[in-house]
Amino acid sequence: MKRLKLPQWLVLLLPAIIILSAVVLIPLVLSLYSSFTSYRLTRPDSIFNWVGLFNYEKAITDAKFWAAFGRTVLLLTVALNLEMLLGLGIAIMVSKVTRGQRLLRTMMMFPMMFSPILVGFQFKFIFNDNVGLVNNALQSLGITDTAIPWLVDGNLAMFSIIFAEVWTSTSVFGILILAGLYAIPRDPLEAAKVDGCTALQSFRYVTLPFLMPFIYIAMAIRSLDVARAYDIVQIMTNGGPARRTELLWTLIGRTGYVDARMGYANAMGYISIFLAIFFTVYFFKKLTKSRQELGMGM
Amino acid sequence: MATNSNHNLRRQMLKVAHSLGLFFAMMVLCVPGLWIVLNSFRPTVEIMAKPPVWIPNELNFDHYRAMFGGIGEGGVPVLTYFANSLVISVTSTVIAILIGMAGGYAFARYKFKFKGGIFVGLMVTRAVPGVALSLPLFILFARVGIIDTHFGMIIAYVALNVPFTIWLIDGFFRQVPPELAEAAEIDGCTRWQAFWRVEFPVARSGIASAGIFAFLTSWNEYALASQLTRSTTSKTMPVGLLDFTSEFTLNWGGMCALAVLMIIPALILTFLVQKHLIAGLTFGGVKG
Repeated sequence: MKRLKLPQWLVLLLPAIIILSAVVLIPLVLSLYSSFTSYRLTRPDSIFNWVGLFNYEKAITDAKFWAAFGRTVLLLTVALNLEMLLGLGIAIMVSKVTRGQRLLRTMMMFPMMFSPILVGFQFKFIFNDNVGLVNNALQSLGITDTAIPWLVDGNLAMFSIIFAEVWTSTSVFGILILAGLYAIPRDPLEAAKVDGCTALQSFRYVTLPFLMPFIYIAMAIRSLDVARAYDIVQIMTNGGPARRTELLWTLIGRTGYVDARMGYANAMGYISIFLAIFFTVYFFKKLTKSRQELGMGM
Repeated sequence: MATNSNHNLRRQMLKVAHSLGLFFAMMVLCVPGLWIVLNSFRPTVEIMAKPPVWIPNELNFDHYRAMFGGIGEGGVPVLTYFANSLVISVTSTVIAILIGMAGGYAFARYKFKFKGGIFVGLMVTRAVPGVALSLPLFILFARVGIIDTHFGMIIAYVALNVPFTIWLIDGFFRQVPPELAEAAEIDGCTRWQAFWRVEFPVARSGIASAGIFAFLTSWNEYALASQLTRSTTSKTMPVGLLDFTSEFTLNWGGMCALAVLMIIPALILTFLVQKHLIAGLTFGGVKG
């Protein structure tokens, strides 16, 4: 009898493939199927009611869906850029410190340890118009004597959410960029100094290109996270006031669980997942390119 | 002379600006968290006080007493939640690291068809949020009968962490020159021995950093846990936070106390390994 012999790489990858198929792939196929049906949670037999592309057509013509889509892209753009700039600033400051770096690095990573749901509750508390830290501080300092409705006004609520999002994740950029700063070879920097570059010039032309791969990695990781942002917004505003902070996944969660229209929710979910994949592939391409420019190879 | 003292002055100013900037940044990063810690030691009256009480009169342990007091006294079974979280996170991290090591090694050392495709496919599974997975997974797990068990949570979290661990660990094994393992094999080691004696020790700190990320993800995950756990037999701490909410009120103090309990293990772990973490990121993710 001949024994079936699998190639070694497949044997090594098999556990990963099996577990991902069981936990991610099968549920995805299930929800892909249900996105072509009029599946409602309240009527389980409706999962056999095939409606073709109806849910997708409905999503594409739904103004609420596109509003949530636009808001998610806005959050993605604003949050990622802010996090990048702040993370870069903090990383540079920490790398220049000579003593107590261990403590500073731990402090820098402090927000990373908070569960997203905890961050949601925390900032719901901090931005509370009655007993929150922000209003208390502003009132005690005499900057304002009315309570600012941080989470009740639409624009302010979006600001609060961006603040919370940036607070939790600037560390991710900070830590990756710091790792990059430690890895910079000394020679090109000294050569730039000898050639008479100012500090700004050597940062722009030597340090920054070297940091770009690190920045793109952080961007790739974070764009996936922000595109599926759910916990923080769900807790802080639940998409309110009057849907002014509704993001893709809070809308999808509400359509699926509260309105019980699971088929429609899954159709919107699939469109959103493609958004996330688009951003990730984009940043991975950038990453590969900047690696090649540095001659790191793949 | 004038330019020299000018130069010195500028250096001094830069130094002051640097310290101030650093101080301000660290304050913004730490104050929201520390405020939560502070509030866990204050009685509810003081938290809700208007005008606010800035300096607490005394350290007050009421929230902790209530929390550990058990269900009868309005408490929450936090110790059970803590144990559940710990068992689920540690087990799933260990398994994810083992699977990640196998997968990362395959990507780093073997050439095969569709390598890029499989790799992107693995990463894409991360684009699917917990909310989207929770219902189909619930249906699936209910069929198999592993709803509300440690086992179900563990396999869900392993799947969540495997793509990222493979990616990080792959980069690490690429850093180890293949000649090293080949030399060991020439000296009479089997490939298995060469792996454990030569390649594994070199890649260790990268594996540690992948482990921390996996642990923090499982420790903090909410969307899946809220669907797949039903009772104290498997509820984790992030889900437990919701026990402090009722329809119209929030028990802020109690919630803060549980939050402190959630943060402490993560803080200790991060402080212990942060050096490896940075070394790991330097070589693992980027040069890969």
